[in-house]
Amino acid sequence: MHAIEYERPETLDQAVAVLASAGRQARPLAGGTDLIVQLREGRRPDVTLVVDVKKVPELNALVYDPEQGLTLGAAVPCYRITSNAAVVQQYPAIIDSASLVGGTAIQGRATFGGNLCTASPAADTVPTMFALGTQCVIAGPNGTRTIPVEAVPTGPGRTSLQEGEMLVAFRFPPPAPRSGARFLRFIPRNEMDIAVVNAAAWLQLEEDERTIRAARVAIGAVAPTCLLVQEAAAELIGHEAGEEAFRRAAEAAMAAARPISDMRGTIAQRRHLVGVLVRRALEGALARARRN
Amino acid sequence: MTTTHKRLVSAEINGEPVEFLCEPRQSLLEVLREVLGLTGAKEGCNNGNCGACCVIMDDRLVNSCCVLAVEAEGTRITTIEGIATPQGLHPLQRAFLEEAALQCGVCTPGFIVAAKALLDRNPDPDEHQIRYWLAGNLCRCTGYDKIVKAVQRAAAEMAGRAEAGAAAETGARA
Repeated sequence: MHAIEYERPETLDQAVAVLASAGRQARPLAGGTDLIVQLREGRRPDVTLVVDVKKVPELNALVYDPEQGLTLGAAVPCYRITSNAAVVQQYPAIIDSASLVGGTAIQGRATFGGNLCTASPAADTVPTMFALGTQCVIAGPNGTRTIPVEAVPTGPGRTSLQEGEMLVAFRFPPPAPRSGARFLRFIPRNEMDIAVVNAAAWLQLEEDERTIRAARVAIGAVAPTCLLVQEAAAELIGHEAGEEAFRRAAEAAMAAARPISDMRGTIAQRRHLVGVLVRRALEGALARARRN
Repeated sequence: MTTTHKRLVSAEINGEPVEFLCEPRQSLLEVLREVLGLTGAKEGCNNGNCGACCVIMDDRLVNSCCVLAVEAEGTRITTIEGIATPQGLHPLQRAFLEEAALQCGVCTPGFIVAAKALLDRNPDPDEHQIRYWLAGNLCRCTGYDKIVKAVQRAAAEMAGRAEAGAAAETGARA
């Protein structure tokens, strides 16, 4: 690895100040499971300062409130998420994602903030965050702003965060009554792989427990960024939850996907998998909605 | 090429207070092996995929190639060198030997540390749980089956189960 400097600020203000003054030469370091490898492989030659943000309290928050929802600090490692009773109970789709990131040792360090900001199109936490209507709290030299998570990834390895800005936390809405979500991923092996395709779906039922009141469908690894497929949601909202609507939503998602052929899969296989995973994600979301 | 000022890091490694100097760019794996002489952790991939570098840091299993040595400040680390006790080998180590769960041995330190982290947390894992927990530890030699049996054998022995011997004979329970 080329020579780097290392700083570990203790407050959010300190972290923002360091990142603002160093600009593009600095990167925040949370779990390091992407950044350290990228630095070592020479993929970030401009970065000469890593700013370890793990001591900043706001980035370590993991708080659930039935009115406010879930606040997840950007630097919370996956193992804290999967072992948190409130998340397991209220946000099982987050657990779907967190328990599939890498393997045990990776989950000992890796974070949702890092997964979003590394901005791999195949990121395993992002479809879930898209489907849950997550907000991102971002701090920078000009203050703090909150934007929908869909506004963050802009391309492979790129985000909309401006120079000097850092992701602080995620805000997940409180679980709506009669709602559920599910994340799924297709990999060739049993574990540890990068997604060939992944998908997440969230839906909320009306009081009749049959009609879909609201829905979101997100697909990953089939475009430069994760896609929130409005056309799929349109096939669901106002319709009866079930095979017919799910099939149409899956077809809409297949049409929206823009996969490439690479070493993990072909265009045809990926498009097919979008259809399968979206249908299964919707079925899983429905099952969870019916349990709420 | 410029180097940066070295940092002084204090940590507890295998129960002993340790201080070392390192550059920020050095991984914990590199420092364990080349500064501290703890060569049990191995560099298999250097990118978080193979688990040959596994250590336990503040009670969590981590890939030491994906931790900067400076991040170890103030932490408690257990490496393979800290698994045995003055009383003898850890049950996992004996089980690996008795079940022939190693050939070249390069992956073995990582597997034993990872298995210890599992049994510390779940003393009675089923085969599925063992395989998924150890999914980040790759072995090129054994085909994994004897490794799984060794972990089951060690778990049985550590739980003091009377059928520990029988489990070792019949192998995987699935």
